[in-house]
Formats: sequence, structure tokens, C-alpha cells
Amino acid sequence: MGDKNNARVLDKDGIKRVLKRIAHEIAEQNRGPEEVAVIGIKSRGAFLAERVAKDLGTIKKTEIPVGAIDITLYRDDLTEIAEQPVVHGTEIEFDITGKHIVLVDDVLFTGRTVRCALDELIDFGRPAQIQLAVLVDRGHRELPIRPDYIGKNVPTSTKECVEVRLEETDGVEEVVVTNEKKI
Amino acid sequence: MKRRSKTSAARAQWTKKHLLGIEDLTKEEILLILDQAEGFREIIERAIPKVPALRGKTIVNLFCEPSTRTRTSFELAAKRLSADTVNIAMAASSFQKGETLKDTVRNIEAMKIDMVIIRHSSAGVPKFLSGCTKAAIVNAGDGAHEHPTQALLDVFTMRKHLGRIEGLNVSIIGDIAHSRVARSNIWALKKLGANVTVSGPKTMMPARMEEMGVRVVYDIGAAIKGADVLNVLRIQLERQETPLFPGTREYVKCFGIDKERLAKHAKKDVLIMHPGPINRGVELSQDAADGEYSVILDQVKNGVAVRMAVLFLLSVSK
Amino acid sequence: MKEGSNYKIPKNEEKQHESGVIMKILIQNGRVIDPVAGIDKKMDLLIKDGKIIKIAASIKEKADETIDATGKMVVPGLIDMHTHLREPGREDKETVRTGLRAAIKGGFTAVCPMPNTDPPCDNQAQVKFLKEKAEENGIAEVWPIGTITRGRNGKALSEMTELKEAGVPAVSDDGDSVEDAGLMRRALEYASMIDLLVISHCEDKKIAGDGVMHEGYWSTVLGLAPIPAAAETVIVERDVRLAALTGARLHIAHVSTAESVDVIRQAKKKGIPVTAEVTPHHITLKDEDLKNYDTNLKVNPPLRSISDIKALKEGLRDGTIDVIATDHAPHLVNEKEQEFDHAPFGMIGLETALALSAALIDEGYLDWKALVEKLAVNPRKILRVPGGTLKEASRADVTIIDPGRGWVYSKESSESRSQNSPFFGRKLKAQVTDVISGGKIVLREGEIK
Repeated sequence: MGDKNNARVLDKDGIKRVLKRIAHEIAEQNRGPEEVAVIGIKSRGAFLAERVAKDLGTIKKTEIPVGAIDITLYRDDLTEIAEQPVVHGTEIEFDITGKHIVLVDDVLFTGRTVRCALDELIDFGRPAQIQLAVLVDRGHRELPIRPDYIGKNVPTSTKECVEVRLEETDGVEEVVVTNEKKI
Repeated sequence: MKRRSKTSAARAQWTKKHLLGIEDLTKEEILLILDQAEGFREIIERAIPKVPALRGKTIVNLFCEPSTRTRTSFELAAKRLSADTVNIAMAASSFQKGETLKDTVRNIEAMKIDMVIIRHSSAGVPKFLSGCTKAAIVNAGDGAHEHPTQALLDVFTMRKHLGRIEGLNVSIIGDIAHSRVARSNIWALKKLGANVTVSGPKTMMPARMEEMGVRVVYDIGAAIKGADVLNVLRIQLERQETPLFPGTREYVKCFGIDKERLAKHAKKDVLIMHPGPINRGVELSQDAADGEYSVILDQVKNGVAVRMAVLFLLSVSK
Repeated sequence: MKEGSNYKIPKNEEKQHESGVIMKILIQNGRVIDPVAGIDKKMDLLIKDGKIIKIAASIKEKADETIDATGKMVVPGLIDMHTHLREPGREDKETVRTGLRAAIKGGFTAVCPMPNTDPPCDNQAQVKFLKEKAEENGIAEVWPIGTITRGRNGKALSEMTELKEAGVPAVSDDGDSVEDAGLMRRALEYASMIDLLVISHCEDKKIAGDGVMHEGYWSTVLGLAPIPAAAETVIVERDVRLAALTGARLHIAHVSTAESVDVIRQAKKKGIPVTAEVTPHHITLKDEDLKNYDTNLKVNPPLRSISDIKALKEGLRDGTIDVIATDHAPHLVNEKEQEFDHAPFGMIGLETALALSAALIDEGYLDWKALVEKLAVNPRKILRVPGGTLKEASRADVTIIDPGRGWVYSKESSESRSQNSPFFGRKLKAQVTDVISGGKIVLREGEIK
């Protein structure tokens, strides 16, 4: 963690604050009688989604349905990727048709992951709306995708790597930009 | 890239090009398929039960032996992964047409096929084909040799219901000699640490069975007693040309599984499995086949998920 | 002079002499092994006009052709008493010509084609046909085996007296047992009357069923239909009893099980006139080798277990098994490229027999003298055909072997018309380098002349 090449852009408190703000923005945007549900993209997006849903539930004083989506099978680079893909399974235990779905991910980069998630969501039903919330937007889009809620804009070069570390998966809470691009 | 999870790094990599049998697989590879199948089971339940993972791939179902169940299951698995499927039904021996088996495969290959799912009445055919084609070969049952996906779905179902495989007592009952299901199940269960008992008429028990690491009993009561799972095999009445048992009545009397026999010998929560199709009233009585511990229909459902996992892993094999 | 022999194939020794092709061949410095004459030492051999005329420690005489056999074994021409030449009927698989060329490559100066041809060799005309074909080729002797039953139908006796007069040294329904035990009893009785050898293919088809491999652990694992050892042994037992009953000379073909060896051993102890052979592949390959489902390993009787192989080798050592014979069985590639269940039984073996058998020497089961007995002497004694010795005045059939030479069996070098051998690409030791057949050099430095 003490690596000199690593620049920490968010710490534990920062992540907490940013997520809370996103929850407020979501509440603001979806003020009507429509039902909102939050779906995270596995694996870290799923944990973020749970936190956002909790915050949102507190604000709206109701329980917000939350789900998790595994986009492995929708990837457009399945046969090319160096690491063998592993299917973790999608968990959406409510009907998404007619709902306002907030899709949550940790880092928005090329937009390809979100494209996969959109395709997959459509296979589950017909939501009234799909909105996108990300903890970090690092730029370099390859598809016409734009987030509705952004935790933090982090300008990066393509050589850099943005790592979101969460308690659930990594034992710490932070967002760092590293120099070496991991494969 | 950022989607990589901790668990995947610790997993076994899938490196096999073909799925020819369970005997060739390691414990880790079997577990990898089972874990992946969990992820695929959910897809089957979706409003649109289809994912684009194998889009653009062409899979041939080459069935040289009649089979509705396995072929449909494979076809469904392939379609749910968005692969294009072609069904070819062939006579058991291509030689009858003056064409060798190799010719058949070369013809298929000329059509640019990615995978061949093969069912054949002769043992060793998938192995033979894997040596003469670039396509991935999936064994959907070869003679009395192996039926790997059936065994995988059987252990998947057991694990789903009982939470584990290691230490389970599994009894396989019926015509062991002619059963590829029995052989594949024995390999899978032994590799995963279960205790396997086989039972059936001695005329249907192959030579030196114990050397496969199983217990052989001819008393059905002993096979049922203490078992967590009873995997009951179909009795091939059509094999009666060279009679291996005196008749159906005698078979039912000695080896048929029914409510009374279960009440007398079985553990309360014993799981009843059958690879289908069932000869009701022969190897399984009506009440046992449809009883509370029968998971036969669940097996069918799991079959699609397991086959999806297999097709997926073969397509991303490194 | 030498070129002449390529174009003009002499009909017999006289003609060869008249035509003026090589008259004198001198083989020098080889280790001469002749169990019949009791010779096993370095000697020279002089051949003239188709006969061995001199054998001595050192022969200083000018010859038309001199072969330096330093470091090599000089032995009587080998004989294969169990060959399938497929002619007439399946000339697409093998012919007398291609079969004999393969034989010469393997060091055999004589072969006994089995009568399961189409039509079967059950009459004088068939025997004559084969003998004439062999003479046309002029490179090796052919001793056709006649059938036990007419048309090999297992129903009525063939005309054994006529067959014997035509020159068959034995009768056999090889490929099948004579299923009817009563008929087999009569066959043995009748054959014994004219002192004709009966060769029995021992297989109870009802027990063997639709089996394709040895019954044991590996048939269980591979899911291939099994043939129990008993399918062979019950018929060995039956025929040994019938030989005892009738006094007929009985020879058991391709023995493959430990139990059969035991039955034959006991029979010999009791003085029953029974002899036996084993194939090189049955002592080289085991049932486990089938795990890749290579149809070239599908043979009948099937490749057996390790303990059977050990018993077969013990049988060779103690003399229970008298002969090594190939059961050379050519089949087409497209027939062998079938499902294991549907591919025909059999493998070719003439060219690899010596090398595979010579492994028994390294393993300590046989010495060279014993190996020569199994491959050259005993078959001729059992068949009562001449040869098998290098004594002066005997027909000049000589095989020269380089015992230490490593070589790889290849499809390109094979003379057989068929390619159903599992040994292609395998590194072998001991190679036949030169063969003299009827006084003529037919193989020189591994090349057929």
C-alpha cells in the first residue's frame, strides 16, 4: 500500500461520503411514485450497490430491492482474454420490468462492461429506465455511454490502472491509481 | 480486467480441449465444472434464458444411437449459450455405408464446426474422433464406457441436496456391466471422496469391479442400508436376447426399489436418482420414482446447467 | 551378373545353375547357430547350387558372392507356421507375392498360409494354386494348411487324404474352432489315421460372445465387451482330451492364457501328443495397451493380462510352448478405422516377429539357440517338413541376423500390402539383414533382391 507509484484518490471516509452523495442524487432524480431498484455489476459493483441501496432506503424510508449481475457471458472478448473467465452467476430476485434500475459499478473506463450489463438486463425484463452510477470515472470511453451519477472523476492515462479496494474483497477501503498496468 | 475476483485466481484452470470421460479429469477440474454450473443454473430461470457467450460457434450433435433426453439437453444448453446447433442422426456403423468413421468426421470438419457432441454405441469413438479433428469433442455417451455429463449432473444434484460429496455413501444399482453412467459416476464420486457401492445381478457385474475402488454387494438390502444416495440405473430390457436375468419378475423381487424396501432398509432422507428413462415398476416402483426423496426431475434441470458449463469451459479452454 | 537375377526369376535350383546366376555364396565370420547339428560357434558357410556344401571354421574359397557376417547370427531360415496370405479372395489385403516379400524381410524362408481364404483351401486345386504362386515368386517356400472341414463350414470333414497328397502338412479351421465336439473327435481320429497334424484355433464362440478384448480390469474400465480367458481354455482342454482319446497329433494355435499353458503343460506330462504356439504380439502387448482404443491392437485371441504374458513366457522357457508363429493377419486401413467394436480382428506380424521375439533373450527367458528352435526348428519338426538345419547337403535356407542393431519399423519400408501394425514407429532391436532362400540371396543388407 505504501508504494510510491500509487496515488490514493479516495480513502475510507471518501468512499463513504461519495456513496452517500450518490444516494441523495438518485433520490433527487427519482422523486415520483416509480419504484427504484439498484443492481451492481459483479464483483465490486455488487458490494457498492448494496451500500447505495441501504443509503437510498434510509433516505426514501423504504426497502430498496438490490441485485447483482455477472456479465462474464456477455463479454465481447471471451475467447481473447488471457485469464480464463469464471461465471459467478447473476442474482436478481425481483422483476425488473417497469422499474427504474440504477446500475452500479466501481470504475467506468471503456464502457464495454456497462454495455454487457445493459444487454443482460434486457434479458431479464423491460425496465422503465436504466441509470448508471459509478464510483470512479477514469475516462477513455470506447462506446457512447455516459454515467448519471459519478463519485469522482479521475483523469488517467491508458497506461495507468485504477484499483478500487473494498473491505469485502480486499480487506481495505481505498481507490488508488497505479502505474503498472496489470494484465 | 477489474472484474477479476479473488476466488478465480485460486481456481483450477480449464486446459482440456475435449471432454472424453471423467477418468481423465482431476478433482479440481470436476469441481470447476460443478462451480461453474451453479452460475448457469440461474440463466435457465430467466425471462429470456439465453446468453451470448457462444455466439458464432457451431456445435454438431452427432448422435449415432437413439437418445432424446441427452440430445435435447445438449441442444438446449448450446442454444442457451447462443451457439448454432446442427443435429445429425446416424446409423451406429458408418461402415454400412462404406464410409469410415474418420470420413464422417472429416466431412463435419470441412463444414467448419467448433464442437462435436458425440453419442455412439461403441466405446472409444469420442477418443478416436479427438485424434482426427480440430473440433472439440464432447462425449455424450460411448458404449459402456463413459457418459461424463450424466455423472457431472448426478454429483451436481447430490451436492446441491446434501451439501457435499466427500464422505457420502452412494449406491449404484442395476446393470453395471453395460452402464456408462455407472462407470462415469464411479470415477467422479471416487475422485471427490465418496464411498461407492454397486449392486445388481452378478450376470450384470463386470470383471474385477472391486479394483475400481467400489464395494460390490449382491444383497439389495445391504446396498440400500446406510446409503445417502441411491442411483438406480435403467434395466435394459432390450438386452434380453442373451438373458442376463431370468425375468422382470425375478429382477423386481431381487433388485427393484420400492417404498417397502426403502422403509425397511433406507436412511430417512435418502436421495433417489435415476438417469432416465425409467422403467416404472421394474428398477423403480411408481411410488419410489415419484416419492418425496426422488430428485429425478431436478437431475434433468441440472443437466442443462452442467452441459452449459461444459460447453462454456471447452470454448474458453486455455 | 547380379542384374540378371532381377529380371530372370529361376523356377528351381537347376535352372538357376543353368542360367549362370550366382552359384557360390560364402558366408564368413558369423556366429552359426544350428540346434539340430548342435552347432553354436563362429564358422563359415559355403553354398552352392541351392545347397549348403560346406560348413567349417574357416573356408578359403573363391565365391561369386561373399557375405561378411561378423557380429551377426547365421541361422537356419525361419518358418512361420501361422500366416494369412489372403490369396485367393482378398488380394486387396495381401497376396502371395506381397506376403512372401514381407516374410523374407522378417527372415522367414517358409510360411504356412492358413486356409481361411475365399474359397477356403479345402481341396487339391487350392493347394496347387498356392504352391504355384509361391514358385512364381521363388523367394520363399509355402506349405499351405488345408481345412479340417469342407468349406470350413464346421459340418463335414474335408478330404484330408487328398489334401495330404497335395502336400499340406496340417489341417486347421483357423479363424474358428470346430464347434461340434463330436465332429472334432472324428476329425482328429481321421487325421491320425494318415498321421496328419491338426491345428486347433481354440475359441468357444458362445462364451466369447460379442467380446472384443480380454475380460479383466481393463475391459471393465474401457467398457468394451469382454472375452474371458475361459473362452479359449475350455476348447484347449476339450481338444487335449480328444487328442488323448484319438492319439492324433494336435497343435494349439496362438495360445494366449495362463490356464491354456497349464493345460498343455499337464497334457505333455501325460504324454498326449500336443504342441503349441504363441504369437510375438501376445508376449509383447497387454490388455491395458488398448486404453487408447487403437484398433490395430484388436486381435483374436485378445491381448491378455500381464500375468498371462508371464505364463506364456514361462511356457516358452520350459518348452510347453514349442513355437513362435506370427498369425500375420492383414486388414485394410479403412476397415481398421472403424469403431473398435466393428473393426476386424488381427494384425500383421511377419516383419516384426524376430525383433519382438528376440526381446525374450534380453529378458532371460530364452537364449539364441532356444529362439532358433522356436522359429526355425520346432515348427518344421511338428509339421514334418524338411529344413531347419545348416548341415551339409541340406537346402540352403539361411537367415542372417544382426542381434544388436536398433531399427524403427516404418510403413515405407513394409512389404505387406496392409498396414495394420501397432509397431510402426516403434524402436526395435535385432534385425534380419540377409536371407538366402533355396540357395539364392533374396535379402541383402535389408533390401529385397
